Amino acid sequence: MGASIRSLSRSAVPAATLLGAVAVWELASHVLRIPKFIMPAPSEIAAEGWEWRYRFLGHTWVTLYETLGGFALSIAVAVPLATLIVYSPWMRRAIYPLIVLLQAVPKIAVAPVLLLVIGYGEFSKVIVAFLVAFFPIVVDTATGLAATPPELLELSRSYRASAFKTFVKVRFPMALPFFFSGLKVAITLAVIGAVVGEFIGSDKGLGYVILSATSYWKTGLAFASMILLSVIAIVLFGAVCLVERLVCPWLAPAAEE
Amino acid sequence: MIRLQGVEKTYRTRRGDLVHAVEGITLDIAENEFVTLVGPSGCGKSTLLKLVAGLTPVSAGTIRVRDTVVREPFPDVGIVFQHPVLLPWRTVLDNVLFAAEMLGLARDDHRKRALELLELSGLAGFETRLPRELSGGMQQRVAICRALLPDPSLLLMDEPFGALDAMTREELGLELLRIWDARRKTILFVTHSIPEAILLADKVVVMTPRPGRVARVISIELPRPRTVELEFDAKFKAYSDEVRGLIFASRRARADGR
Repeated sequence: MGASIRSLSRSAVPAATLLGAVAVWELASHVLRIPKFIMPAPSEIAAEGWEWRYRFLGHTWVTLYETLGGFALSIAVAVPLATLIVYSPWMRRAIYPLIVLLQAVPKIAVAPVLLLVIGYGEFSKVIVAFLVAFFPIVVDTATGLAATPPELLELSRSYRASAFKTFVKVRFPMALPFFFSGLKVAITLAVIGAVVGEFIGSDKGLGYVILSATSYWKTGLAFASMILLSVIAIVLFGAVCLVERLVCPWLAPAAEE
Repeated sequence: MIRLQGVEKTYRTRRGDLVHAVEGITLDIAENEFVTLVGPSGCGKSTLLKLVAGLTPVSAGTIRVRDTVVREPFPDVGIVFQHPVLLPWRTVLDNVLFAAEMLGLARDDHRKRALELLELSGLAGFETRLPRELSGGMQQRVAICRALLPDPSLLLMDEPFGALDAMTREELGLELLRIWDARRKTILFVTHSIPEAILLADKVVVMTPRPGRVARVISIELPRPRTVELEFDAKFKAYSDEVRGLIFASRRARADGR
């Protein structure tokens, strides 16, 4: 009973704050007569968004799969790379500085060149999303793989278990919490990557909608797209958290008694 | 069963300095003997254990286990560390069976034995719990069961009760003796607690640091089964004075040398 009231108030307080802020915004834009193209009222944003609901479907889908494509690609590249870095000192010396160097290059600056080379299709956005998302996965997975307690590795050696067996049964599962914290950062970055790609050149996706809406002074539509993008980012982040909880149930906080 | 002859281990630190971890260790350990290695930190006790396990090669000298020279890890050994290092996603039972899996043995053949061991260590009813649901002492019992699962004839224990509180430590020590009584094996047990070393052992090996050397091997002639009350025995006190004397003599000698 007490717990349910506590959890209710925990979600009620921020919800009320948000609603209050929206109400103040709505009121202010009417009282101060702020022009619609500068700062539309929440009601106007909602109305414009609703008008676009069917067209939004297609654009949302495009951004979503560019994001997920880039995210999937970054996992596929980052995990083997992290494994190589941890297992081979030679590879670590060869690859690690390169990865850091790549990370230091502002991807947003690279994107126009990339689009020029790869083309303006959706694949180029997948690549931009991949480029911004893969770094945290490599670093966190490598950190996790390197963090295996040395005693466990000695134990595996005393059993004369193969390196592969040790990886599958000990090292990788042990690194999963790190891997997932990398994924959580990566998924939100992937959304940004996809949108940046769309900004530079595309005729589909929410990034494209924002860009074209602002050039026609349709600020309400741009706001609606931004909100949609945020919702996508939050939902994807939540999905990663959910998968983490399903894959690593032992990480959940112990039940209070 | 184990014979160490002139064993020496040196390694280089990252800065390139040569460190003599242990030097001139000659030691004989009989079958089913309970031997404790005691000494201050830095005396190479843990290094010696790793050498016997074949986890790290000797720099000089030889180690023989049953007349075979140890050059690499061999399966007939169980290892227990200071920390239980259980796999947090596995249940207690699966953590014990981990040993069988890694050795490439069939899980099903060892299930019964794993359950028996858990029962023997007072963990019956906890088989399906996760490690984090257990206290430190219970986790360490699971680690001991894991080490005992393949029924090794040699058990190497590196300060296994060092991270536990004093009461749990005493309790687990006596429990280990009870298990050892039921399933005899040779145990090499590293500790820096003098009473623990005496209470458990047939033979206490006192080591002095930098480089780690054997100061004296003391045969403990106290009746078994051992109890905590023995610690008040005059003989027990004499043993512990002897050990303490050896350790502090080496400290004084080093202090004077500087």
